[in-house]
Parts: sequence; structure tokens; C-alpha cells
Amino acid sequence: MSQLWDFSGGIHPPENKIQSTRRPIRTAGIPERLILPLQQHIGVQAEAMVSEGDRVLKGQKIGDVTAGMGVPVHAPTSGIIQAIELRPVPHPSGMSDLCVILQPDGKDEWADLYPVENYQKHDRDEVLQLIRDAGISGMGGAGFPTTIKLRPPRDRKVETLILNGAECEPYITADDMTMRERAAEVVSGMQVMAWILRPSRCVIGIEDNKPEAIAALREAIQGTQIEVSVIPTKYPSGGEKQLVQILTGLEVPSGGIPADIGVMCQNVGTAVAVSRAILEGKPLISRIVTITGDAVQEAGNFDTLLGTPVRALLSEAGLQTNLLNRLVQGGPMMGYTLTTDSVPIVKTSNCVIAATAQELQAPPPEQPCIRCGECAEACPMELLPQQLFWYSKAEEFEKAEHLNLFDCIECGACSYVCPSSIPLVQYYRFAKGEIRTQREEQLKSDRARERFEARQARLEREQQEKEQRRKERAKAAAEAQAKKKAEAEQAAADSEVVDDRSAKAALVQQALERKKAKAAQTKAESSAVQEQPDLETLEKQVTQAEAKLNTMQGMLNEAKAEQADNVDKLERAVAKNHDRVKRAKDALAEARKHVPAEPETPSSE
Amino acid sequence: MALIQQSSPHAHKARPTSRVMLWVILAVLPGLLAQTLFFGWGNLINVIWCVALAMSTEAAILKMRNKPIGFFLRDNTAAVTGLLLGLSLPQLAPWWVSGVAVITAIVVAKQLYGGLGSNPFNPAMVGYALVLVSFPVAMTTNWAQPATLWAGAPGLSETLSTIFSASQTAIDGWTMATPLDEYKHKIATHTAAEVLQHPTFGDQVARGWEWVNLAFLLGGLILIGLKIITWHVPVAFLAGVGIMSLAFGSNADQYAPLQLHLLAGGTMLGAFFIATDPVSAATSHQGKLIYGACIGILIYLIRTWGNYPDAVAFSVLLMNFAVPFIDHYTPPRTYGHHKSRRGLPSKNGAKS
Repeated sequence: MSQLWDFSGGIHPPENKIQSTRRPIRTAGIPERLILPLQQHIGVQAEAMVSEGDRVLKGQKIGDVTAGMGVPVHAPTSGIIQAIELRPVPHPSGMSDLCVILQPDGKDEWADLYPVENYQKHDRDEVLQLIRDAGISGMGGAGFPTTIKLRPPRDRKVETLILNGAECEPYITADDMTMRERAAEVVSGMQVMAWILRPSRCVIGIEDNKPEAIAALREAIQGTQIEVSVIPTKYPSGGEKQLVQILTGLEVPSGGIPADIGVMCQNVGTAVAVSRAILEGKPLISRIVTITGDAVQEAGNFDTLLGTPVRALLSEAGLQTNLLNRLVQGGPMMGYTLTTDSVPIVKTSNCVIAATAQELQAPPPEQPCIRCGECAEACPMELLPQQLFWYSKAEEFEKAEHLNLFDCIECGACSYVCPSSIPLVQYYRFAKGEIRTQREEQLKSDRARERFEARQARLEREQQEKEQRRKERAKAAAEAQAKKKAEAEQAAADSEVVDDRSAKAALVQQALERKKAKAAQTKAESSAVQEQPDLETLEKQVTQAEAKLNTMQGMLNEAKAEQADNVDKLERAVAKNHDRVKRAKDALAEARKHVPAEPETPSSE
Repeated sequence: MALIQQSSPHAHKARPTSRVMLWVILAVLPGLLAQTLFFGWGNLINVIWCVALAMSTEAAILKMRNKPIGFFLRDNTAAVTGLLLGLSLPQLAPWWVSGVAVITAIVVAKQLYGGLGSNPFNPAMVGYALVLVSFPVAMTTNWAQPATLWAGAPGLSETLSTIFSASQTAIDGWTMATPLDEYKHKIATHTAAEVLQHPTFGDQVARGWEWVNLAFLLGGLILIGLKIITWHVPVAFLAGVGIMSLAFGSNADQYAPLQLHLLAGGTMLGAFFIATDPVSAATSHQGKLIYGACIGILIYLIRTWGNYPDAVAFSVLLMNFAVPFIDHYTPPRTYGHHKSRRGLPSKNGAKS
């Protein structure tokens, strides 16, 4: 017998298990309709692979998850797909979800099955894929896809594989009966998991209130490395964290998973499903469900096809409708009430309690908390429930979080013992919900703020860039103006040069002409004729200078209109051209007086 | 079919507050019996008077606050407050002294703070402390002489007329200084042996008082056995008194000896029934140990070097002040955490 550890707190509620263990597991009949929710696990909803009117065989895949975490859904029996529509599903909120409605044809005809005899000869990934394709998700309650759990992060080596057969919740006996009647499958399923994980220790934890199950498993583990560990009956020893502590003495770190400390827990029902998936090739299409409570006459466990409406199961167990007061899915500590009995049994449904009014009494009215501390004595997580209650009630969520509100596993032990009958767990759920909402809103507002800030930054940057461009443009414009001015000056100078040149050219021309004339004179021509071309040249110069002046004047006017900074220069240029025009005219007049005197060359500066 | 909708858990264990308080009432009965046997009818009359007044005051103020009277009266907490005052006040204290104490406890200390569960101070001790500082003569001279009921104690009718008379003090011959008072005042000038000659000490530790304290100890053990209180506060309380006494008061010629500290005065009543009031006490186990130990230490300090011969009320009230502080720094280590989260959440919202 290996060492056991105790966990702090815990309670001993009346077990109420005897009612449903008197009879062996019965096979529930095939109901008129099967309602198969496409989401029966944690993760992404499966997509339907069939459509209305299709005939499906037993075990045929009818829905699968293509992207994201999830497992497929299979047809539990052969029949016709009637519809794919929204139906109420088992959920605390009483919500509806997409379900495949299957009308059984009564033939119960299997699809082809591919059992694997020697899985050890296969690749581990292949075996994991088989487990996934069989649609197996955790059958203890949360419904986490088993393959994902069986693939712990690379750096986490699972040293201890635990099979959770504690079943600490009152009333529920599904795992108890499974272990009693299907011990061999429990063991073979665990062997498959152990082969995948290669742990150094395999242990099945069972509470000591299940002697038959313990005996059956002790028998079944003969010749294997698996050990059966009998633990004291105390609620909630079947909580994953508590069971890990009881069997290993280790604590799962807050916010972590058991694999962080080299431990993995699987439910006994999951082990049976794994065994069937590998050794028989059968997908997960049925499960053991406890139907109990004082409102049923023949409480017991039923091997039930998934999708069977709760109503059908209740009537098989002999429901006395007039006595029924409350329908609880799951146990009395952590289960939730069902709004209707038309919801189906899903992969995580382990128990339905049809309770009478006397059986699960409505709690008396809430009284003030007297800080008696019984809740803290009962808390298996060593929290301070009453402080969490004060802070949750006062909506001081930061303080509640500081006192580890999110480590609460909502086992209900505190509410159970509260002498003031305060619904403590409800307050914690409220606080957790509020905190999550606030976080989401915070995230949203953070994002909005980031967006706003980014936009502001962008606008500012654009503004700056605009300003920069404007400055550059202004600078460029100023340079251009300066250049223009310089050019204008240059042009002015050039024009003078040009005038010079043209004048020189003219002179050359004149000289040439004079030469010609002289040559002509030599041919005895009159000297008076010689003066005419000079006058003409001077007149031409005057018109040229005037044209130039006009241009400059135009530029000046334009510059004035634009208020450019080169107005002064232009003015000076204009004045200069004025002078030149004047001088050209003077020269012309002089030339005319002194005809036939030599024409003066226009002054050049 | 109308199915009941309810959040889990769906099952509850029935030991309501009223039952808890009823157990407290039952557990003090041995002490009350001992008081009556050794000090006459005074305590019993006090208890009946205080409980009746406490419940009617509670009813009146609940009515004024528009609260359901029956619902709150049935929780038995007002009765417990009255009961504790009746047990701890001097046996022959006049009716108006106990009346002032009860009304202060219920009206001021309990209801003005918001009623059950909202009072930061132990209501009974607030009432007790008020009359102790307001009526010092009545509170020190009305302790009944330890005379067994069957030999010499005043009869029922005489006790009744003494308590309900208008005077502040009872007949001289019926009263006597308490052992703690006697020791405290005589030891300065006498040796321990001389002091212990006084009839108030009797043959053992303190005549009558020792049996009363042992009876309260018995009642307290019953409460621990029933898991109505945990052992932390009483054990730390008694350890606080004991360790202080051993450390400083080993010389009986100077200070009261350990056995007198433990078995005289209100030590056991305080340790098991007063300091354990959950509303005004610390919450975590560690907090309870600190809270209880500090009360014990304060009791010793006040008894030895303070003005008052007994000090349960003041010590408890002083530590009531410290409870929020203690609570902030003594949360238990939660499963899966390396250490407990002491203090308040940091302002910048950083999560460790």
C-alpha cells in the first residue's frame, strides 16, 4: 500500500449511493429520436458531415472538427438524419445548440469497424489519432478532448498516471458500477494510456466506500504494473487537484495543469472508452448514466446511447412525475438543474437526479455572515471563503482576486456547511463572471485606446510630414525664386551681353558692309549712302531694348502681384533697361545729328 | 412540470446559526451552574434580566430599522450577548448597570453598526467596558462573597431586592473583593502567604472562582468538540496569559501567580466564549492564534501593571481593533501557491 496524503478541508455529505447500486447496469432502449449535440466537449463545435435524409450506420462519423480543438461525433445507432437544428442541450444556462436529430431505424446496423489488436506495434501518434477519431473526450465532467490531454507539452514528462475512480459526489455511481462490471476494460484502457505516456507509476484511486469496485479492480490488475489505491471517503477527493494531492502529496500549481508536476488524471469511464476504441474499433457512442433520486422507482445505472433524451431514461427508471421537484444533471454538490427533461445524454452526462421536494430542500433564507469560519474549515483549496464572499458581495473584485478567487473549484463545500445558508458559490461565480467581463472590457477599451492613440500618432505624423513638406516646398520655392532672380539677373546680364554681341556682330557686319561699301566705293559710289545702315542698326537696337524693357516691366508687375521677394531686383533691372533704352535712343539721335559720323556703340556696363 | 432552478450545491448541511448559538448557550450552563452554586442567585438573576432585556431591545431596534423581527431574533445572537453580560457582570450589580451594558451592547455595538455580522467589536464587551469605566464603584463593589448556596449566601428574594433596588452598592457583608483585585492591591505591602490568608482565596486557588473557571473550561471543550469553535483562539489566549505569567510573574511575592491568572476572574469565560466571538475575531487559523495570544498578553499586562484587576473586556476590544490588520496579513496559503498573499492587492493591479 503506497503512502496517502490528506487534503485540507472537505466534508462528508450523505452519500445516497446505495439507491443506484442495487441493480446491475441495464442497457437503455433505443429511443424514438436521438438528439446529438455537435458540441459535447471543450473546444470547437463539430461541423455536421451529414445532411437531412441521409442514412447513417451505427458508429458512423456524423460530425467532426476540422480546425481547432475538438473530437468527432458519431451516430449511436443506424437510422435516418431527420434534421440538423437548434435544440435545448444540457448546460447550466439552459441554452439551445446545434444538434443532429437521428431517427433510429431499429436495425442497429454497425458501420465497418477496424479494431487494433496489437496497438504496441503501431506508432503512438497513430494510436492517439484512433482515440481522437473515436470521439473520446473526458467522461468525468469537463469533457476535455482526451487525445490533447494524452499529448502533454514536450517538456512535461508524465511520471504518474492516475485513473480517477474516487467518485466523491453523492448519488453518482456511474464510475462505481463501471469499475465493478467493466474492470477488465478499465485496466486495458489504462494500459493503452500508459503505453502512450510511459509513466513510471500507474495508480487507480478509489474511495473506500466502493468495496465491490475495489475488489473487481484488484482482480483485474493481476499481472500488471497498475496499483489500486484506496483513499478515505471525503468530498471532494475526486477533484483532480485533491486526488493528485492524496495520491502523490504534490500540489498542482495555481493556474497550471497536473502535467506541470508530472501527473495526469483520467476518468475510469474514459479508460473504458479508450479500450473500446482501440481493441474493438468502436467509437464513443454510449456511456453509463446514473438515474437516481427519490422521484424514480428503479434507480440505477443505464448503458445509454448518447443523444437519448433524459425523459426516456427517466421513464425507464420509473419516474413518478408528481413527486419530481428538481432535475439535477450531475451530483448534488456541483451539478446543475435542468430546465427541461428533453435534453439529451451527452458524453459528459454521468448522472441525473430526479429529486423530490424533501430530498434536496430549498435552502432557508440567507442570513448575515457571522464569520464563523466553517467555510474555511471545509474549503479543500485553503481559501478564505467568507472573505471572498464579502469582497464578491461588495464588488471589491481586486481584493477577491488577491485572495485567490480563481483558485476556487466551486466544489460547494463552503455553501454546504454555511450556518447562515449563504449561497457562497453563487457569489464566487458572479464575481468570476464580473471579473472576466471586466477584463474583456478592459481588453476592448485597451484596444480602442491603442487604436485611438495610433490614429492620433498617425494624424500627428501626417501633420508633421505635411508641415515638413510645406517647409521644403517653401524652401524650394525660395531657392527657385533666388535662382530665378539670379537667372533673371544673369539673363539681364546675358541680354546685355547678347546686345553686346549683336552689336558687335552688327559692327562686324557693318565693318564687312563698309568693306563691301568701300569696295563698292572703289567702284566710285557716293559716300552719303554709307550712313543709312548705321541708323537702321541703332533703330533696331532701340526696339530691341524697348522689347526687353517691356518684358522686364511685365516680370516686375507679376512679381509685385505675387509679392515675391525679388521685386527690388526686378525694379532695379527695369530701371537699368530704362537707362539702356534711353541711351540707345540718345545714340540714335546723336547718330542722326552726326550723319554721316560713325555710330556710337551702345554703352555696355 | 415546474422544475426548480438553482445553483449548486443543491444539498446543505443543517446546522444553522440559531443552532450554533443554542449550543453556545448550552455550553455556558455548567459555568452558570457553578456561579450560582458558589456565588448565589446573583448571576442567574443577571442572566435572565440581561437576556430578556437584550432580546426586547433587539426586537425594538429591529422594528425601528424595519427588519424582520422574528427572523433575526430566532438566530439567538441577542440572547447570547445578554447571556455573556449576565455571566460576566458582578453578581450583585444593580439592574440599571446591567441594563446600560445590555442596551449599549445591542443598540450601539451591534445594531448601529448594521446588526448581526457587521459589528467590528464584541457587543457584550463594549457594554461591559462602558459600565466599567462609567460606574467603577458599582462594578468593583458588587462581587458576591464566595459563599456556597447552601451555606450563607443571600436568598433569592434578598438577592432580587438588592439587584433591583435603587442603590449603587449591595450590602457590605454579602460582597467581597475578587481574588485578582485583592492580590493586586495587597501584594505591594504583603507577602504572598499573607495575601492568601484572605478568605476570598479559600483553600485552593480562588474560592469558588476556580470551579466557575473549570466549568467554563468544560463548556469550552464541548464547543471545540462540537466544532462550533476551533481550538486556536482559546489555546493561544491561555498560552498568552500563561507565558507572560511565567516570564514575568514567577515571584509570587511580587505578582499574582499563574494559577490565579488562569482560574480567577473571567479567564476561561473570556478564552472560550468571549474572544471566540467569530464576528469580531480574526478569521484564518494563523490570525486566530495571533489574535488570541495578543488578548492573553494584554490581559496579563493590564492585570499586572494597569489599573484594573481584570482585563478581558479591554483586551478583547483592543484586539478587535487589530482584527482587520491581522486578517490582511494572515491569509492561509492556498493550494497550489508557494506562499500566502499577505496585505492588500498592489495598487497598480500587478498580479503576483
